[in-house]
Amino acid sequence: MKTIDILQETYSALLSNKVRTGLTMLGIVIGISSVIAMVSIGKGAQSTIETNIQSIGSNLIQVIPGVQGGAGSQVSQGRGTAKTLTYDDALNIKEKISSIKAVAPELSGRYQITGKGTNTNTSVVGVTADYSDVRNISIAEGSFISEQHFRGMSKVAVLGPTTRDDLFGEGVYVIGQNIRINNIQFKIIGVTTSKGGSGFLNQDDRVFIPLTSAQKFLAGDPYLSNISVQVLDNSLMAESQIQITNLLLELHNISDKAQPDFSILNQNDIVATASSITQTFTILLGAVAGISLLVGGIGIMNMMLTTVTERTREIGLRKAIGAKRKDINLQFLIEAVVITLLGGIIGVLLGSIASFFINLSGLIQTKISLNSILLAFSVSAVIGVAFGYYPARRASNLNPIDALRYE
Amino acid sequence: MIEIKNITKTYKTGDFEFQALKGVSFDINDGEFVAIMGPSGSGKSTLMHILGCLDTPTSGNYQLDTKDVSVLSDDELADIRREKIGFVFQSFNLLPRASVVRNTILPLVYAGITKEERLEKAKIALASAGLDEIYFEHLSNQLSGGQIQRVAIARALVNNPSLILADEPTGNLDTKTGNIVLGTFQKLNEDFGRTIILITHEKEVAEHADRIIFIRDGLIVEDTKTHQKKSVRHLL
Repeated sequence: MKTIDILQETYSALLSNKVRTGLTMLGIVIGISSVIAMVSIGKGAQSTIETNIQSIGSNLIQVIPGVQGGAGSQVSQGRGTAKTLTYDDALNIKEKISSIKAVAPELSGRYQITGKGTNTNTSVVGVTADYSDVRNISIAEGSFISEQHFRGMSKVAVLGPTTRDDLFGEGVYVIGQNIRINNIQFKIIGVTTSKGGSGFLNQDDRVFIPLTSAQKFLAGDPYLSNISVQVLDNSLMAESQIQITNLLLELHNISDKAQPDFSILNQNDIVATASSITQTFTILLGAVAGISLLVGGIGIMNMMLTTVTERTREIGLRKAIGAKRKDINLQFLIEAVVITLLGGIIGVLLGSIASFFINLSGLIQTKISLNSILLAFSVSAVIGVAFGYYPARRASNLNPIDALRYE
Repeated sequence: MIEIKNITKTYKTGDFEFQALKGVSFDINDGEFVAIMGPSGSGKSTLMHILGCLDTPTSGNYQLDTKDVSVLSDDELADIRREKIGFVFQSFNLLPRASVVRNTILPLVYAGITKEERLEKAKIALASAGLDEIYFEHLSNQLSGGQIQRVAIARALVNNPSLILADEPTGNLDTKTGNIVLGTFQKLNEDFGRTIILITHEKEVAEHADRIIFIRDGLIVEDTKTHQKKSVRHLL
């Protein structure tokens, strides 16, 4: 029997009971489209989080001070509060480790800031000129902190757009205006572009001032709260992390490697952790949708078994006039596969449309991956074969005499 | 062309054994029109299934065109049925959603014959079964009983088989249409030299053939030439 003949048989068989074919297909359509939509939501969440993390800067290693107190002290102040990192540490890292592209030491703290009759409490970050490159910060208006500002301990400030909005109102031109941080007057020289993000990830609610000014006028001591180290290439991250650790241990005269007075965070680890969380989330969503696909597959089997019973006499006739077991088997198997594949195609379309509208609604970002489409197709074909196999086998094993007598 | 020797067929259901055929032997030559006749339960249906290669005998030997078909596998039997045998059933067994032509070419579809050749052969077969060309594209449920049975005859003819097996072909038809169908068989036998085996329980019907094999309780009781063959060809 030729392929085209099998397809023609399939076509007329499926059309002969349009409602049943349609309803059975609907099961697959719902299954496949929910898999596509759910996985796209999961993938969307994953890429949103990854972009957020990458927007801090690429190939970053963060060095933060360790626990204050240590031996002899009873009260621990928590990680990052110790005063152990200095500007010299940052300079040493940059000079002595060859795989380092740039270093951006910072000193941040929360202060009350007053503008023109308004005030807010936000994070003030003391930075060097390299900070904008390392942390992917771009300037919307004016300019960023320069080397001269750093050396001259200038009282200049660059505002994040959220801080600007809070103090002066949305979109107001603020270059040249003054703000008071901790009652010390700073002149606004620039506004950064918005990076998005919200909550603790909001990087727009910030004020940048020269590191030297922050140390002298706000903190009153020469320590740092954080050193961002940018590595030349992603492949050098792990190696650089070890080199920085060894260098700082040596600089801080610490012989016990298990008790450093600083800790190091590798951006790759953060991304990997976040990815594994969203990956689990995606698998969970996909699995829930997969259950509906399984139910759809059982629907196919149910329909095919009914069809085989209904068409017992036809099967008997076909066998009597010379159809082999293989011909009958193939005919019913292809019927099942055609239903699932058509359902799969419609499901992919519907799922993509659904995911497009979810994205459009702004609720959650979605991302359709080619993988999930290919997976959906192959899964639907496999379901067709798996759930069509038993009914087809049953049809092909019918005895022509019994089948012809069947009432 | 048909030689059966000492055919038996035993059905087993659990411990119970039933011998439907108890040793049947006869020959049928090319171009014969034979009726196999017997009351229900006589074993004629079992004999028909074996002659039609739908079933194999428990013992005995069946040679069709000098080939021993009593020992073949299911798929080999399917090949024999497709190439050598045409079936006409009491309940017609046409595909309900398919056109007349589509129904006629069905055996050719399984034989893997090209589209053009199929149509050619279907037209010839339908013409010799006596169905008018205007019905060719009708669906089979739009036809009358007599027309449906002619399509079934055409389907049996289309593969140019050595043997046409008709199982109670007039059973579901009124006497007049039944006679037209019988006349069609007579024409196919007399004009085209087709070998036809007609299975029936009615003497009336059997008398349209040239030879009657009477079977009862799984044995041949009588095998004779028809005394007064009824010709109904004038009805065509």
